[in-house]
Amino acid sequence: MSNMISFFVTSIFSFVVYLLLTAGSGSVLRLWSSQEIMAGAVLGLITGFAARKFFCSQRQSAPLNPLRWITAVLYVIGPFFIEMAKANVDVAYRVITGRIRPGIVRVKSGMKTDLGTLMLANSITLTPGTLTVGIDEETNDLFVHMINIPEGTEARESLEAREVFSIFNCPAWIRRIAE
Amino acid sequence: MILNVLIWAALLIGLFFNALGVIGILRFPDVYTRLHADTKATTFGSIFTSLAVMLYGVSQFFSTTDGQYAALVFHTIIAVIVLAVTNATGAHAIARAAHKRGHGPNPSVVDRLKETSK
Repeated sequence: MSNMISFFVTSIFSFVVYLLLTAGSGSVLRLWSSQEIMAGAVLGLITGFAARKFFCSQRQSAPLNPLRWITAVLYVIGPFFIEMAKANVDVAYRVITGRIRPGIVRVKSGMKTDLGTLMLANSITLTPGTLTVGIDEETNDLFVHMINIPEGTEARESLEAREVFSIFNCPAWIRRIAE
Repeated sequence: MILNVLIWAALLIGLFFNALGVIGILRFPDVYTRLHADTKATTFGSIFTSLAVMLYGVSQFFSTTDGQYAALVFHTIIAVIVLAVTNATGAHAIARAAHKRGHGPNPSVVDRLKETSK
Protein backbone atom coordinates (compact mmCIF):
# COMPACT_ATOMS: atom_id res chain seq x y z
CA MET A 1 0.00 0.00 0.00
CA SER A 2 2.66 2.49 1.03
CA ASN A 3 4.49 1.32 -2.08
CA MET A 4 1.60 2.68 -4.17
CA ILE A 5 1.58 5.97 -2.27
CA SER A 6 5.31 6.52 -2.70
CA PHE A 7 4.90 5.66 -6.42
CA PHE A 8 2.22 8.35 -6.84
CA VAL A 9 4.07 10.95 -4.79
CA THR A 10 7.24 10.45 -6.85
CA SER A 11 5.27 10.54 -10.12
CA ILE A 12 3.46 13.76 -9.21
CA PHE A 13 6.68 15.37 -8.05
CA SER A 14 8.55 14.57 -11.28
CA PHE A 15 5.48 15.64 -13.33
CA VAL A 16 5.47 19.04 -11.59
CA VAL A 17 9.20 19.46 -12.17
CA TYR A 18 8.70 18.58 -15.86
CA LEU A 19 5.92 21.17 -16.12
CA LEU A 20 8.14 23.81 -14.53
CA LEU A 21 10.92 23.06 -17.00
CA THR A 22 8.66 23.18 -20.06
CA ALA A 23 6.54 26.22 -19.10
CA GLY A 24 5.97 28.60 -21.97
CA SER A 25 5.61 25.95 -24.66
CA GLY A 26 1.95 26.40 -25.60
CA SER A 27 -1.54 27.68 -24.90
CA VAL A 28 -3.09 25.50 -22.14
CA LEU A 29 -3.43 28.00 -19.26
CA ARG A 30 -1.30 30.20 -21.57
CA LEU A 31 1.76 28.15 -20.54
CA TRP A 32 1.86 24.55 -21.73
CA SER A 33 1.11 22.77 -24.96
CA SER A 34 -0.97 19.59 -24.66
CA GLN A 35 1.85 17.48 -26.14
CA GLU A 36 4.21 18.55 -23.39
CA ILE A 37 1.62 17.69 -20.71
CA MET A 38 1.12 14.21 -22.20
CA ALA A 39 4.87 13.62 -22.43
CA GLY A 40 5.28 14.88 -18.86
CA ALA A 41 2.60 12.50 -17.55
CA VAL A 42 4.16 9.48 -19.27
CA LEU A 43 7.68 10.38 -18.16
CA GLY A 44 6.38 11.08 -14.64
CA LEU A 45 4.88 7.60 -14.40
CA ILE A 46 8.12 6.01 -15.64
CA THR A 47 10.21 8.08 -13.21
CA GLY A 48 7.81 7.32 -10.38
CA PHE A 49 8.18 3.60 -11.02
CA ALA A 50 11.98 3.75 -11.27
CA ALA A 51 12.73 6.12 -8.38
CA ARG A 52 10.02 5.46 -5.77
CA LYS A 53 12.42 3.55 -3.49
CA PHE A 54 14.95 6.40 -3.44
CA PHE A 55 12.56 9.32 -3.11
CA CYS A 56 10.59 8.04 -0.13
CA SER A 57 11.80 4.87 1.49
CA GLN A 58 10.31 3.17 4.56
CA ARG A 59 12.79 4.82 6.89
CA GLN A 60 12.33 8.22 5.31
CA SER A 61 8.59 8.81 5.25
CA ALA A 62 8.73 12.61 5.50
CA PRO A 63 8.34 13.38 1.75
CA LEU A 64 5.00 11.54 1.74
CA ASN A 65 3.22 14.15 3.83
CA PRO A 66 2.14 17.22 1.82
CA LEU A 67 1.81 19.28 4.99
CA ARG A 68 5.56 18.93 5.47
CA TRP A 69 6.14 20.31 1.95
CA ILE A 70 4.11 23.40 2.80
CA THR A 71 5.98 23.78 6.09
CA ALA A 72 9.28 23.47 4.21
CA VAL A 73 8.32 26.24 1.77
CA LEU A 74 7.16 28.47 4.64
CA TYR A 75 10.40 27.76 6.51
CA VAL A 76 12.57 28.70 3.53
CA ILE A 77 10.84 31.96 2.65
CA GLY A 78 10.16 32.99 6.26
CA PRO A 79 12.55 32.38 9.17
CA PHE A 80 15.38 30.96 7.08
CA PHE A 81 15.53 33.87 4.66
CA ILE A 82 15.46 36.45 7.46
CA GLU A 83 18.24 34.59 9.32
CA MET A 84 20.23 34.50 6.10
CA ALA A 85 19.75 38.21 5.40
CA LYS A 86 20.73 39.22 8.92
CA ALA A 87 23.79 36.97 8.94
CA ASN A 88 24.82 38.26 5.51
CA VAL A 89 24.85 41.81 6.77
CA ASP A 90 26.97 40.57 9.68
CA VAL A 91 29.50 38.93 7.34
CA ALA A 92 29.52 42.06 5.16
CA TYR A 93 30.49 44.00 8.26
CA ARG A 94 33.31 41.54 9.00
CA VAL A 95 34.58 41.62 5.42
CA ILE A 96 34.87 45.40 5.60
CA THR A 97 36.30 45.72 9.11
CA GLY A 98 38.28 42.46 9.27
CA ARG A 99 37.22 41.77 12.87
CA ILE A 100 37.09 37.96 13.05
CA ARG A 101 37.50 35.38 15.77
CA PRO A 102 37.29 32.04 13.94
CA GLY A 103 37.23 28.50 15.29
CA ILE A 104 35.50 25.13 15.05
CA VAL A 105 32.93 24.25 17.71
CA ARG A 106 30.83 21.15 18.32
CA VAL A 107 27.09 21.62 17.92
CA LYS A 108 24.55 19.13 19.26
CA SER A 109 22.07 18.62 16.43
CA GLY A 110 19.43 16.57 18.26
CA MET A 111 18.14 15.23 14.92
CA LYS A 112 17.22 11.58 14.67
CA THR A 113 16.87 11.11 10.89
CA ASP A 114 19.40 11.61 8.09
CA LEU A 115 17.13 14.07 6.31
CA GLY A 116 16.88 16.24 9.43
CA THR A 117 20.64 16.28 9.90
CA LEU A 118 21.14 17.15 6.22
CA MET A 119 18.68 20.03 6.40
CA LEU A 120 20.21 21.35 9.61
CA ALA A 121 23.75 21.13 8.20
CA ASN A 122 22.72 22.93 5.01
CA SER A 123 20.81 25.57 6.94
CA ILE A 124 23.87 26.18 9.10
CA THR A 125 26.12 26.41 6.05
CA LEU A 126 23.81 28.77 4.17
CA THR A 127 23.49 31.20 7.07
CA PRO A 128 26.82 32.99 6.66
CA GLY A 129 29.20 33.14 9.56
CA THR A 130 28.73 29.43 10.19
CA LEU A 131 30.03 26.57 8.04
CA THR A 132 29.56 22.87 8.69
CA VAL A 133 32.95 21.18 8.41
CA GLY A 134 32.33 17.70 9.71
CA ILE A 135 29.84 15.37 11.33
CA ASP A 136 30.05 12.85 14.14
CA GLU A 137 28.18 9.94 12.59
CA GLU A 138 27.39 8.18 15.87
CA THR A 139 25.73 11.07 17.68
CA ASN A 140 24.78 13.21 14.63
CA ASP A 141 26.71 16.10 16.20
CA LEU A 142 27.99 18.71 13.77
CA PHE A 143 31.36 20.45 13.73
CA VAL A 144 30.72 24.05 12.78
CA HIS A 145 33.31 26.62 11.78
CA MET A 146 32.16 29.99 13.06
CA ILE A 147 33.72 33.19 11.79
CA ASN A 148 33.06 35.02 15.02
CA ILE A 149 32.88 32.97 18.21
CA PRO A 150 31.31 34.96 21.06
CA GLU A 151 33.67 35.61 23.97
CA GLY A 152 33.68 32.67 26.40
CA THR A 153 31.90 30.18 24.12
CA GLU A 154 35.11 28.40 23.09
CA ALA A 155 35.57 26.92 26.57
CA ARG A 156 32.28 25.00 26.41
CA GLU A 157 32.23 21.37 25.32
CA SER A 158 29.33 21.77 22.86
CA LEU A 159 26.64 24.21 21.82
CA GLU A 160 22.93 23.63 21.32
CA ALA A 161 21.77 23.92 17.69
CA ARG A 162 19.42 26.71 18.73
CA GLU A 163 22.37 28.98 19.64
CA VAL A 164 23.79 29.00 16.10
CA PHE A 165 20.73 30.89 14.83
CA SER A 166 20.00 34.26 16.34
CA ILE A 167 16.30 35.15 15.93
CA PHE A 168 14.20 32.12 15.04
CA ASN A 169 14.24 28.59 16.39
CA CYS A 170 15.26 26.94 13.09
CA PRO A 171 16.01 23.46 14.54
CA ALA A 172 12.40 23.24 15.77
CA TRP A 173 11.15 24.08 12.26
CA ILE A 174 13.41 21.44 10.73
CA ARG A 175 12.18 18.88 13.25
CA ARG A 176 8.62 19.70 12.18
CA ILE A 177 9.56 19.21 8.51
CA ALA A 178 11.84 16.20 8.58
CA GLU A 179 10.89 14.06 11.59
CA MET B 1 7.60 52.27 -12.85
CA ILE B 2 7.71 51.02 -9.24
CA LEU B 3 8.56 47.59 -10.61
CA ASN B 4 11.53 49.07 -12.47
CA VAL B 5 12.82 50.58 -9.23
CA LEU B 6 12.41 47.22 -7.50
CA ILE B 7 14.33 45.45 -10.27
CA TRP B 8 17.17 47.96 -10.03
CA ALA B 9 17.22 47.70 -6.23
CA ALA B 10 17.43 43.89 -6.35
CA LEU B 11 20.21 44.05 -8.95
CA LEU B 12 22.21 46.54 -6.89
CA ILE B 13 21.84 44.54 -3.65
CA GLY B 14 22.91 41.40 -5.50
CA LEU B 15 25.94 43.09 -7.03
CA PHE B 16 26.90 44.58 -3.65
CA PHE B 17 26.95 41.17 -1.93
CA ASN B 18 28.73 39.48 -4.83
CA ALA B 19 31.39 42.19 -4.70
CA LEU B 20 31.75 41.67 -0.96
CA GLY B 21 32.30 37.98 -1.60
CA VAL B 22 35.20 38.81 -3.89
CA ILE B 23 36.69 41.28 -1.41
CA GLY B 24 36.33 38.64 1.30
CA ILE B 25 38.42 36.14 -0.69
CA LEU B 26 41.23 38.68 -0.87
CA ARG B 27 41.03 39.85 2.75
CA PHE B 28 40.45 36.76 4.87
CA PRO B 29 43.40 34.72 6.18
CA ASP B 30 42.61 30.99 5.72
CA VAL B 31 40.51 28.59 3.67
CA TYR B 32 37.52 28.43 6.02
CA THR B 33 37.01 32.15 6.44
CA ARG B 34 37.45 32.57 2.70
CA LEU B 35 34.77 29.97 2.11
CA HIS B 36 32.46 32.00 4.34
CA ALA B 37 32.87 35.11 2.24
CA ASP B 38 32.99 33.30 -1.08
CA THR B 39 30.15 30.77 -0.99
CA LYS B 40 27.61 32.47 1.23
CA ALA B 41 27.81 36.11 0.23
CA THR B 42 27.68 35.05 -3.41
CA THR B 43 24.66 32.80 -2.78
CA PHE B 44 22.80 35.70 -1.22
CA GLY B 45 23.88 38.05 -3.99
CA SER B 46 22.86 35.58 -6.69
CA ILE B 47 19.45 35.12 -5.05
CA PHE B 48 18.89 38.85 -5.42
CA THR B 49 20.07 39.05 -9.03
CA SER B 50 17.77 36.07 -9.77
CA LEU B 51 14.97 37.92 -8.00
CA ALA B 52 15.51 40.82 -10.39
CA VAL B 53 15.26 38.41 -13.34
CA MET B 54 12.05 36.93 -11.90
CA LEU B 55 10.46 40.35 -11.38
CA TYR B 56 11.35 41.29 -14.95
CA GLY B 57 9.89 38.04 -16.25
CA VAL B 58 6.64 38.48 -14.29
CA SER B 59 6.18 42.06 -15.47
CA GLN B 60 6.84 41.12 -19.10
CA PHE B 61 4.54 38.08 -18.86
CA PHE B 62 1.61 40.16 -17.66
CA SER B 63 2.14 42.94 -20.21
CA THR B 64 2.84 40.77 -23.28
CA THR B 65 1.30 37.37 -22.23
CA ASP B 66 4.19 35.70 -24.03
CA GLY B 67 4.87 32.23 -22.64
CA GLN B 68 8.64 32.50 -22.91
CA TYR B 69 8.71 34.99 -20.00
CA ALA B 70 6.90 32.48 -17.79
CA ALA B 71 9.56 29.96 -18.77
CA LEU B 72 12.20 32.49 -17.73
CA VAL B 73 10.61 32.86 -14.27
CA PHE B 74 10.26 29.11 -13.64
CA HIS B 75 13.76 28.30 -14.84
CA THR B 76 15.19 31.00 -12.59
CA ILE B 77 13.31 29.54 -9.60
CA ILE B 78 14.80 26.10 -10.32
CA ALA B 79 18.25 27.67 -10.75
CA VAL B 80 17.97 29.37 -7.34
CA ILE B 81 16.96 26.13 -5.59
CA VAL B 82 19.79 24.18 -7.23
CA LEU B 83 22.25 26.99 -6.46
CA ALA B 84 21.33 27.07 -2.77
CA VAL B 85 21.56 23.31 -2.28
CA THR B 86 24.75 22.71 -4.27
CA ASN B 87 26.52 25.75 -2.85
CA ALA B 88 26.00 24.54 0.72
CA THR B 89 27.06 21.00 -0.17
CA GLY B 90 30.10 22.17 -2.11
CA ALA B 91 31.28 24.45 0.68
CA HIS B 92 30.88 21.58 3.13
CA ALA B 93 32.90 19.24 0.87
CA ILE B 94 35.73 21.74 0.39
CA ALA B 95 35.95 22.50 4.13
CA ARG B 96 35.94 18.82 5.03
CA ALA B 97 38.62 18.00 2.46
CA ALA B 98 40.78 20.86 3.71
CA HIS B 99 40.48 19.67 7.29
CA LYS B 100 41.26 16.05 6.41
CA ARG B 101 44.31 17.24 4.49
CA GLY B 102 45.60 18.86 7.69
CA HIS B 103 44.85 22.51 7.08
CA GLY B 104 43.53 23.54 10.45
CA PRO B 105 41.81 26.88 10.86
CA ASN B 106 44.50 29.49 11.31
CA PRO B 107 44.07 31.79 13.18
CA SER B 108 41.55 30.10 15.46
CA VAL B 109 40.50 30.18 19.10
CA VAL B 110 39.26 26.59 19.28
CA ASP B 111 39.22 23.46 17.08
CA ARG B 112 36.96 20.73 18.46
CA LEU B 113 37.11 18.62 15.28
CA LYS B 114 40.89 18.16 15.58
CA GLU B 115 40.57 17.13 19.23
CA THR B 116 38.04 14.40 18.46
CA SER B 117 39.64 12.97 15.31
CA LYS B 118 42.90 12.17 17.09
